[in-house]
Amino acid sequence: MLKIWRNRTLRGTLIQGLVLLGTVALFASFVLTARENLVSQGIATGFGFLERSTGWPINFSLIEVSDRSPYSRMLLAGFLNTIYVGLLGLAAATLTGLVVGMMRISSNLVLNILGTIFVETFRNVPLILQVIFWYALLTHLPPPRGAIDLAGVGFLSNRGLMLPAPALSAMDLAILALGLLGVLFSARRMGGTRSGLTWVLGLGALAALFTVLLLTGRAPDMPLVSIPELRGLRFVGGLTVKPEFAALLIAIMMFGGAYVAEIVRGGFLSVDRGRLEAAKALGLSSWQIMRFVHIPLAIRAMLPALTNQYIWLMKATTLGVAIGYPDYFMVVSTSINQSGQTIELLLLLMGGFLAINYVIGGIMNTINARLAIKGRS
Amino acid sequence: MSDATLAPPPGDSRLAYLRRRLFSTWFDGIVTVVSGLALLWLITTVLSWALLDAVWSEENAEACKDAAGACWAVIDARGRLILFGLYPYEQHWRSALGCAIIIATMGLSCWPAMWGMWRLLGLWLAGFGSFVILLHGGVFGLEVVTSEQWGGLALTVFIFASVFVIGMPLAVVLALARRSNLPIISWMAAIFIDTVRSLPLLTILFAAAVVVPFVLPDWAQGTKLGRVIFGFALFYAAYQAEIIRAGIQSIPKGQEEAAQALGMTYRSTVLDIILPQAFRNTLPSTINQVVITFKETSIVTIIGFFEVTASASAAVGRGEWGAYYVEVYVFVALVYFIFVFGLSRYGAYLERRSRLSHV
Repeated sequence: MLKIWRNRTLRGTLIQGLVLLGTVALFASFVLTARENLVSQGIATGFGFLERSTGWPINFSLIEVSDRSPYSRMLLAGFLNTIYVGLLGLAAATLTGLVVGMMRISSNLVLNILGTIFVETFRNVPLILQVIFWYALLTHLPPPRGAIDLAGVGFLSNRGLMLPAPALSAMDLAILALGLLGVLFSARRMGGTRSGLTWVLGLGALAALFTVLLLTGRAPDMPLVSIPELRGLRFVGGLTVKPEFAALLIAIMMFGGAYVAEIVRGGFLSVDRGRLEAAKALGLSSWQIMRFVHIPLAIRAMLPALTNQYIWLMKATTLGVAIGYPDYFMVVSTSINQSGQTIELLLLLMGGFLAINYVIGGIMNTINARLAIKGRS
Repeated sequence: MSDATLAPPPGDSRLAYLRRRLFSTWFDGIVTVVSGLALLWLITTVLSWALLDAVWSEENAEACKDAAGACWAVIDARGRLILFGLYPYEQHWRSALGCAIIIATMGLSCWPAMWGMWRLLGLWLAGFGSFVILLHGGVFGLEVVTSEQWGGLALTVFIFASVFVIGMPLAVVLALARRSNLPIISWMAAIFIDTVRSLPLLTILFAAAVVVPFVLPDWAQGTKLGRVIFGFALFYAAYQAEIIRAGIQSIPKGQEEAAQALGMTYRSTVLDIILPQAFRNTLPSTINQVVITFKETSIVTIIGFFEVTASASAAVGRGEWGAYYVEVYVFVALVYFIFVFGLSRYGAYLERRSRLSHV
């Protein structure tokens, strides 16, 4: 026995076999216990439950759902909510981070101080505390009757921010999106010097077509812009930004912005001084140096860290559950409570986030590969 | 050569420095004035709200209603709830002392003289052990307080410390397993690490709290707090393992080969050659990960634990103090800020230190 243990190859094989066996046994015991529990609770395994109706509503959704919608549609609504707040949050955090990051590397002392205060304040407090804080702030606003009037355009109350919105149907939006895609593709196909012309012509044609459609294809008494109005205890019409959504978005914008600002700062500082001096020696103006040397090199240095930050922020949208924003996680956990289909729903949850991670990672890696300076690793 | 030396080059005088940093061009000047006014406004607003116009003690809580500034009376009244949660009132000193012990342990492990595997292990086991004995009680005539009653800052610190104590050795094992020559072992470690890293922490904690009882027999379930801490530790270990792996890869391959050529065993090679250098090389990222973990302990609020974020919400949830939620959240934010800011400053100091020693 001792002899076998001394033999390196045999020992390796033995250890691997034991570990593999142990893992398989562990998983088998999980499955068996789970099945036993399911049988005792009278729950059928499998994905058949996706077609059953949920019996509970969610308070925010991009697609039409009600308490009679099936689980599959409710999960889709939650998934879209996650993507929606996540993408908007990433965009807002990136913009904030760019501004604050530039402030931190600027030569101006006061801007430095302001940028540092922003970063240290929002980076050193847990995201969930910030989410809860913004939510408390927004829900402590006056009720609709005493709503804060934003110059007659919008209203701010504890039900959220009411804004006027163009009265577009889903069909209108679809036409607009398809048209934009068409212009984009034809401009790409044309390429070179003519792409600019294609853009202008395409967008002009699209705008003209859309205006004609808007003016002819709707009921005559329907307004083009729907403006929020106070009727009784609540607002009617327009677009409502719910406090749950707004609080989560603001928190992600501030917290993510502080992190992105540090990435931006690091990216700019990582650019070799010699290259900037070389550009100066070649007679480029300071704006040209920024535009053609500093920014392109800094962006390349930022991309890997930015990818990680984006994935992190996307996962952080799950914290919306603390204030009742119905994201994918909240819909899945409610479904688990209501239907008891624990394992299936957990697999769907993991699958959803794996997909989000891989898509973000894939997009960022493609950008990275496109931007990489040729001939360098 | 004569004794005469050149005069030092004329440096920036203080005035010239300020001029360069504030008014180098006319545009810069405008920016300085505008942002300076904004900064001034920020400072005066915060100062007058937090200090000058504030109401400080519970006795004059009535004054809060018409005060323009912060009502710190709410901290006076609810501070114990926020810091200690549902822990029995007479026993609060145990909770406070426990927190102090863990903080002292953290402080001591930041001291370079303590950086040895056995010293750190001993320090953390001693600190962590005395924390648990103090809070749980049952010995030395201390009343038993079960973990369901733990709350506030003590619970935050407890979760953080146990995640660190369980997660760190696990991370070392995972990192070594991922680099192992045995294909099945490294493959399984890689799958585990990548899967855990791609999931949000909240889903892992949720699974540990709600789903695990479903797939484990009754005798293996443990308490909810125990499961959640274990899930959290797995999450931390997956991230820390990648940091350690990066540290191991930064060590020249020759060192490992030299150790083998000298006849050192695998254990000795890893413990005496590889890991000490790997840790030293990755100290800044490790501190960064520890900081993130400390902030993320607040997520257990959602799973239903009464740590410091949850107790802050409870303190303003209903009743007379509901209007002063800003003060309470600012107070809790300040508590986190002190820990996190302190740790990240320490990380920055270590980075400077290691940069100097490499020159």
